[in-house]
Amino acid sequence: MSLEKIQNISYGKNVIELKNISLSFGGVQALTDVSFEVKRGEVFAIIGPNGAGKSSMLNVINGFYKPTSGKINFAGQERSQMEPEFAAKSGIARTFQNIALFKGMSTLDNLMTGRLLKQKQNLFMQALYYGPAEKEESFHREQVEKVIDFLDLQMIRRTPVGSLPYGLQKRVELGRALAMEPEILLLDEPMAGMNVEEKQDMSRFVLTANHELKTTIVLIEHDMSVVMDISDRIVVLDYGKKIGSGKPQEIRNDKAVIDAYLGITDE
Amino acid sequence: MSVELLNFIETVLNGLMSGIMYSLVALGFVLIFKASGVFNFAQGVFALFAALTLVGFQTGQVPFSHLINELFGTKFHHWYPEIHSFLAIFLTILTMIVLAWIIERLVLKHLVNQEPIILFMATIGLAFVLEGVGDLMWGSDVKVLDVGIPSGGSVWLENATIGLASEGSEYYGMYIDVLNVWATVIAVFLVTALAIFSQYTKTGRALRAVADDHQAALSVGISLRTIWVFVWAMSGFIAMVAGIMWGTESGVQFSLSLIALKALPVLILGGFTSIPGAIIGGLLIGVGEKLAEIYIGGLLDIGAIENWFAYFMALVFLLFRPQGLFGDKIIERV
Repeated sequence: MSLEKIQNISYGKNVIELKNISLSFGGVQALTDVSFEVKRGEVFAIIGPNGAGKSSMLNVINGFYKPTSGKINFAGQERSQMEPEFAAKSGIARTFQNIALFKGMSTLDNLMTGRLLKQKQNLFMQALYYGPAEKEESFHREQVEKVIDFLDLQMIRRTPVGSLPYGLQKRVELGRALAMEPEILLLDEPMAGMNVEEKQDMSRFVLTANHELKTTIVLIEHDMSVVMDISDRIVVLDYGKKIGSGKPQEIRNDKAVIDAYLGITDE
Repeated sequence: MSVELLNFIETVLNGLMSGIMYSLVALGFVLIFKASGVFNFAQGVFALFAALTLVGFQTGQVPFSHLINELFGTKFHHWYPEIHSFLAIFLTILTMIVLAWIIERLVLKHLVNQEPIILFMATIGLAFVLEGVGDLMWGSDVKVLDVGIPSGGSVWLENATIGLASEGSEYYGMYIDVLNVWATVIAVFLVTALAIFSQYTKTGRALRAVADDHQAALSVGISLRTIWVFVWAMSGFIAMVAGIMWGTESGVQFSLSLIALKALPVLILGGFTSIPGAIIGGLLIGVGEKLAEIYIGGLLDIGAIENWFAYFMALVFLLFRPQGLFGDKIIERV
């Protein structure tokens, strides 16, 4: 039901509107009065120096954090907070800054967890692995295989992900998010710690998901050349406050942004 | 074969069998610990409560009858004559599911993301509350539990082994309690079912996901609270099986809750996060205990070694392999 709501929003219209979001933990003010909106189908980037509140912002969007004040308009409905389960059910998938994979499970099983919400057969049929349950399981396996092909994960299908190198783990995490067939994909530093080739691969995956699957992308990234290349619009945070927003070209020439990144120069 | 060898085999067999009984208790601990990182001190009381409830349903006892009679001057005690064991077991399973749901509602829900020690303290509180509720509901007298599982020495084994000893020696055959054989069969069945369930079903997959990483599990839309109710209900079910076995052997009494303490060395040996570990840990403890009782006890001429030998084994393990045989390796970086 809630999923239909995102699909009712036409491309280019606001799918998430964050209005005056503030967030504090005890005495620490993580976000102060931040507002921006994400349009359906775009690649939207959140940038800013370390500790600017970027990850907190993603956590507010998928419901890990409850904002202290402010409203979230999600798919045309205003609410004061999100819930992780609701967010996942409504088609929001995400990855984490410090990879959060199921380390003891194989790549395949990790991706299959992305299909959990779409599996309808009940426990007993599944335990018997019989009839409709078998059919359903193989349907979801096929969907997961598509993701595996797309991300070139064939070689590590059966490998426990805990033993994979960092770059591949990031890719598996993206795979798990894509297996959910999300409408909106939240990526927290998907290219951190990668070399140039890995970054190019990752950018290609993100752009393909955006172009061909029409997935809305919200990403946090430190590599400015990547951000400027792939984003449609950007918001800049510093010390929990919004200091700029706009198209890549505008951000590049924004004085406040340059100051935040390079330090204020004496004139 | 010499009588000594036959005695040795008998001791080991008996050790294995009683070890399975420990494993059954340890299994409940492992399930909850894996999924929620909580060491559930109340697991022993779970077994007691399940056994009490089972007897209560079976004999048609009115719950809280003492309390009700005291308050309203009524004379309730039983509302129906004995019912079939299977029906009583079914009703008990339902009760354990409801109990798991109540625990999630009243306790776990409010303690999400707290330190493990706080959750541990909560389960100690839970143990006392549940013990009190069990007392109020079903009374504190020792009850006989009989769901139709045969018990007593196996005559067949005795007859089969009596002739094995060498000529002229006095040997009367091996003694093994049939109840323990049943416990073994049930434990093997339970573990197989658990393995199949967690490998091949989506709930099993969700369960493994939650055990691995809470945040990631939330992000793919797994409801932690549903999984927790599920896990607690499942370990409630395992507690019931353990309660039936232990209750059949020694009657349903409140000291039954102390079997939780026997599960501790099993967990230290097997590792807190491993289901096979719980089984093998239980077997090792069972065999170690019995061998120590017969041989070390015989050598030093002291008795009742089996009461403390399990803890001694656990201590040795803690010194040399603190994560247990199958537990996750503890890697510390400096």
